[in-house]
Amino acid sequence: MSESLPSTGPRSQPDHVADDDTDPTGEYSLRLYVAGQTPKSLTAIANLKRICEEHLAGRYTIEVVDLLVTPQLAAGDQIVAVPTLVRRLPPPLKRVIGTLSDSERVIVGLDIRPKRSRAS
Amino acid sequence: MDKPSGNTAGTEARGDDSEVIRPRGAADSQLPKTATGISGLDEITLGGLPAGRPTLLCGAAGCGKTLFAMTFLVNGALDFNEPGVFMSFEEQAADLVANVASLGYDIPALVAGGKLAIDHVRIERSEIEESGEYDLEGLFVRLGHAIDVIGAKRVVLDTVEALFAGLTNTAILRAELRRLFAWLKDKGVTALVTGERGEGQLTRYGIEEYVSDCVILLDNRVQEQITTRRLRIVKYRGSAHGTNEYPFLIDDDGISVMPITSAGLGHAISQDAVPTGVPDLDAMLGIGGYYRGSSVLISGLAGTGKSTFGVSFVDAACRRGEHCLYFTFEESPDQVVRNMRSVGIDLAPHLEAGVLGFEAARPSLYGFEMHLARMNRDIEQFNPSILVVDPISAFRGPSTDIHATLVRLADICKTKGITALFTSLSEAGRLMDESERGVSSLMDTWISLRDMDANGERNRVLQLLKSRGMNHSNQMREYELSERGIRLIDAYIGSGGVLTGTARLAQEARERDEALKRQQVTEQRQRELARKRAMIERQIAEMRAGIEAEEIEIETLIEQEKARETVFGADRIAMAASRGMAGQDHARAGRGDRGATRGEAAV
Repeated sequence: MSESLPSTGPRSQPDHVADDDTDPTGEYSLRLYVAGQTPKSLTAIANLKRICEEHLAGRYTIEVVDLLVTPQLAAGDQIVAVPTLVRRLPPPLKRVIGTLSDSERVIVGLDIRPKRSRAS
Repeated sequence: MDKPSGNTAGTEARGDDSEVIRPRGAADSQLPKTATGISGLDEITLGGLPAGRPTLLCGAAGCGKTLFAMTFLVNGALDFNEPGVFMSFEEQAADLVANVASLGYDIPALVAGGKLAIDHVRIERSEIEESGEYDLEGLFVRLGHAIDVIGAKRVVLDTVEALFAGLTNTAILRAELRRLFAWLKDKGVTALVTGERGEGQLTRYGIEEYVSDCVILLDNRVQEQITTRRLRIVKYRGSAHGTNEYPFLIDDDGISVMPITSAGLGHAISQDAVPTGVPDLDAMLGIGGYYRGSSVLISGLAGTGKSTFGVSFVDAACRRGEHCLYFTFEESPDQVVRNMRSVGIDLAPHLEAGVLGFEAARPSLYGFEMHLARMNRDIEQFNPSILVVDPISAFRGPSTDIHATLVRLADICKTKGITALFTSLSEAGRLMDESERGVSSLMDTWISLRDMDANGERNRVLQLLKSRGMNHSNQMREYELSERGIRLIDAYIGSGGVLTGTARLAQEARERDEALKRQQVTEQRQRELARKRAMIERQIAEMRAGIEAEEIEIETLIEQEKARETVFGADRIAMAASRGMAGQDHARAGRGDRGATRGEAAV
């Protein structure tokens, strides 16, 4: 396991970035599992924020879970690789693993429909 | 590393009797080991799996890898107080629980008791999008958490290679697996990693490269439509181990491996005799039975009563309170019990008393090595002093393999001091068929049962072909199976050959007849002799009477002659006196008269 870095990024507790005035049907509830504050974790968090701002502005929540702190959560969401991004809402459950550096694949993986984001 | 290629498994010599495995004391083995609790495997590995290190368990689909792994954990939890984590990459926890319930494992109870944790890792490639770099720290965290929660000492990863199907980046996977095994070592847990057999290598993705301490290969081969499960220790770094392929068995009682190799011929022997259950046969065997701990072969054609001899032996032993184990490959136990009532043997009370154990199986159920493994386990459990295998000819397969199997079985019995009785069906018209010739040298006593066809009937004849170490009868004996059991009869052996059954009875009648006739003739001759004697005596008496009559007549004549002569003499004297010269003439005339008289008598 890599050594922990100074905590410059988001904390392990749920980190609500987006505002919550959107309707629940369009809401994206995302959870990012990481294991410690590794460069990979930090890259993933930064990438995720960037992508969400670009495509899902105003209708997403991101929750970052550090498995080193809450290892018991790993089994529940079937986490094997880290970082893993899980789309909890809307159903169905979707997963993207990796540092999310390939935005296209993240968009495909999260099944983001850009309609509303373009309209607004 | 020496990577054993997959195809060497088949050419590995089986049934090699020269190898000797002796479990050594803990002081002997420097490497700490974790006992698996799987009977036989701990003997082969001289103590178990390397403690605190990962072991690779590989084999094709259906080899029993998962059951093996689960048994390792359950035994650890129950017998060694070592909790375990089962990380399943293929089966869901519920399925796993249901599958091993057939072995009698109560997984939910163990889970509830904190002795076992099951974690199903599900990876579905279609649900996962990969974007950028990642590692498997999530898996480490999960496993580490599970280990820490229950304080696990044992870990199973079944089958970790499923990750390759779920994730595309094999470079990352390989690096992470290598790290995983190193991490497991650091954790100090004894891990069992299963892997699917691959082409030309032990596992599909070559993970044996990373797990190099101990590799166990399971195999499920089909030969002549019969599958035999086999196990082989491919490598075991830092420890000696059995190198052969060993058959193993999975059934309701779990897994047992058969580490049978001949341990030489150093077993202790007994001078005691075990009665055969047939008193007449005891008498034929010089010491009054079979030697305890010896092997007995009863061979014969169909219907010669091989089983009956076996059951008589068992019955007698059960009556003495000895434990007997009866393996039957042709009849069900109930059938044996019923059929033996017809010869006056009731086995039911022995079964109820628990001194008799029946094990029935179809010969074709599995290969003979599997049978052997099963028998070995049954022997271990029942601990009999007498064993009957009825019949060994039921085993199918090449005769060399059968021979090797029976050598092992006979060995097991001898080392445990069990008196083993084997029956073997001979082929009609052949005194000794191939399998018999093979095993006969293993046997200490060989009784051959034969049929004699003659005069429209079939009779049974028994012969002691060999009996080591005792002065046994060389006689062929006829025997009868009746409601009073087996009875031996002196066979008729004479100028007419060996006669049995009614031929024997007829011959005996004929002999009685002849004897009677001879007696009658003798008596007649005696009577004749007496009659002759009487006749002759009568003749003698007649002749004597005749002679006596003649004598009397002659004497009378002589008297008369004398009287006449006297008268004549007196006359002569008177005449001579009258003439004056009478003396000379008188003497001459008297001599002439006497001679004439003698001549007359002779005629």
